[in-house]
Amino acid sequence: MRIESDNILETIHMIDEDCLDIRTVTMGISLLDCADEDIDQSCEKIYRKITTKAKDLVKVANDISREYGIPIINKRVSVTPISLLQSVSGGDCTKYARVLDKAGKEIGINFIGGYSALVQKGLTRGDQELIESIPQALKETDIVCSSVNVGSTKAGINMDAVKMMGETILACANLTKDNQCFGAAKLVVFCNAVEDNPFMAGAFHGVSEPDCVINVGVSGPGVVRAAIHQLGEHASMDEVAECIKKTAFKITRMGQLVGMEASRRLDVPFGIVDLSLAPTPAVGDSVAQILEEVGLEVCGGPGTTATLAMLNDAVKKGGVMASSNVGGLSGAFIPVSEDAGMIQAATKGILTIEKLEAMTAVCSVGLDMIIVPGDTTAATLSAIIADEAAIGMINNKTTACRLIPAIGMKEGEKLVFGGLLGEGPIMPVKSTKADVMINRGGRIPAPIHSLKN
Amino acid sequence: MRAVISVVGKDKPGILAFIATKCAEKEINIVDVTQKVLQDLFTMIMIVEVPSNQDSFRTIVDELEDAGSKQGLSIHVMHEDIFNSMHTI
Repeated sequence: MRIESDNILETIHMIDEDCLDIRTVTMGISLLDCADEDIDQSCEKIYRKITTKAKDLVKVANDISREYGIPIINKRVSVTPISLLQSVSGGDCTKYARVLDKAGKEIGINFIGGYSALVQKGLTRGDQELIESIPQALKETDIVCSSVNVGSTKAGINMDAVKMMGETILACANLTKDNQCFGAAKLVVFCNAVEDNPFMAGAFHGVSEPDCVINVGVSGPGVVRAAIHQLGEHASMDEVAECIKKTAFKITRMGQLVGMEASRRLDVPFGIVDLSLAPTPAVGDSVAQILEEVGLEVCGGPGTTATLAMLNDAVKKGGVMASSNVGGLSGAFIPVSEDAGMIQAATKGILTIEKLEAMTAVCSVGLDMIIVPGDTTAATLSAIIADEAAIGMINNKTTACRLIPAIGMKEGEKLVFGGLLGEGPIMPVKSTKADVMINRGGRIPAPIHSLKN
Repeated sequence: MRAVISVVGKDKPGILAFIATKCAEKEINIVDVTQKVLQDLFTMIMIVEVPSNQDSFRTIVDELEDAGSKQGLSIHVMHEDIFNSMHTI
């Protein structure tokens, strides 16, 4: 097949100038066969399974990266929600976190996800023990990520769990207050969590997944922004949408190629491409700047929700055509601290939590990497989680909260995480109380699926 | 396997010869060359056939890219599949 020079130069330009990359190759590993009544036995089996199954993951990803000339930024592993193993073994749950951390470091990956519990309908003993152990587990480990699913469209929202998670987030931040409250940045609270998500902190390997699987998360906000920039100011919205679709197609094809190749070389089935636009703090690699390129003065002002809805939908349409297996979260991410444009808009005070909440109704995934004042109460955090979960539950989509209370700090100051997690200003939170509502506990019943208005 | 070598840099005599010599050293067969000079900027795209040993291919990638950067040239060596998959349906 003849390859056109223009296409070659376009691809190289995308990688060199517009920060095109594969964000992550994530290996999902089932740990169900590691469950044991003795927690130490269980941990040993986990260590053995992860270091066997994923021993070549980093090498293979690096090889593919060199041969194809595509940067692969992260290599990750996701595992079966640990609460299931904790239910069998009991004991000190943080042992699981420590063994995941150790196994992950042994094979050289960047993150390991799955210190998780799915409690949308109720808590087992294992779930309860895992959630209580999260703050200590995240303090003691470096690369372990944790997630808890508190609601779903089918089950409603577990308000007891929502209450616990507000307290857990605050405890995570408190325990790591000497380290930029980093613990809270590794914990995400979901509604309608997906089982094949390759992105952190929310990745876990669902129970309906095979024993081992390769999932790929693509990136590429910079490429989309550059494509819209070339289109100029006079293109109509449908032309802009068309342009995004075509770009998303190309990005996803790259993800599909890398996923298939990794799957072949590791002899592990290929799962999905998650075609999310995942920003990084690098200049130009920003979802906020895509929205501004379309024609908003600052992301977060009027017009933001509509533009984001168009972007999110166009990315899906382009990506679905490009891959036979699309899954995960698939859409545009709007993490504040990881996106240079979002950081600027938040610092200016234009982008607020309330506007972000509206934006999460039309894109994946939720209130992500938002730094709130250190004096925000656990009940207020729970109330924000409940609001976000409600958007997910009613709209039949995944939503999430990754909130970081900046302990001992106030509005106007900032937290700096570094790396992919970036930095961000403390965003104001309305201080009216929701304590009575949160203390009620119980469940918000599952919503009706007809009479939709 | 086929790969694409792309070279971008300030034009000067001997760039094509330099790349071609490097290829010959590594037993890389040149299949197609497109080259242009636009306002002093040298751009070349070369389709090549690489002996099918993946470990040696990665060494070739490293060596060519390093050699290029010493000469002030931006060289990329990439497996051709990436272009086929991104630009064709």
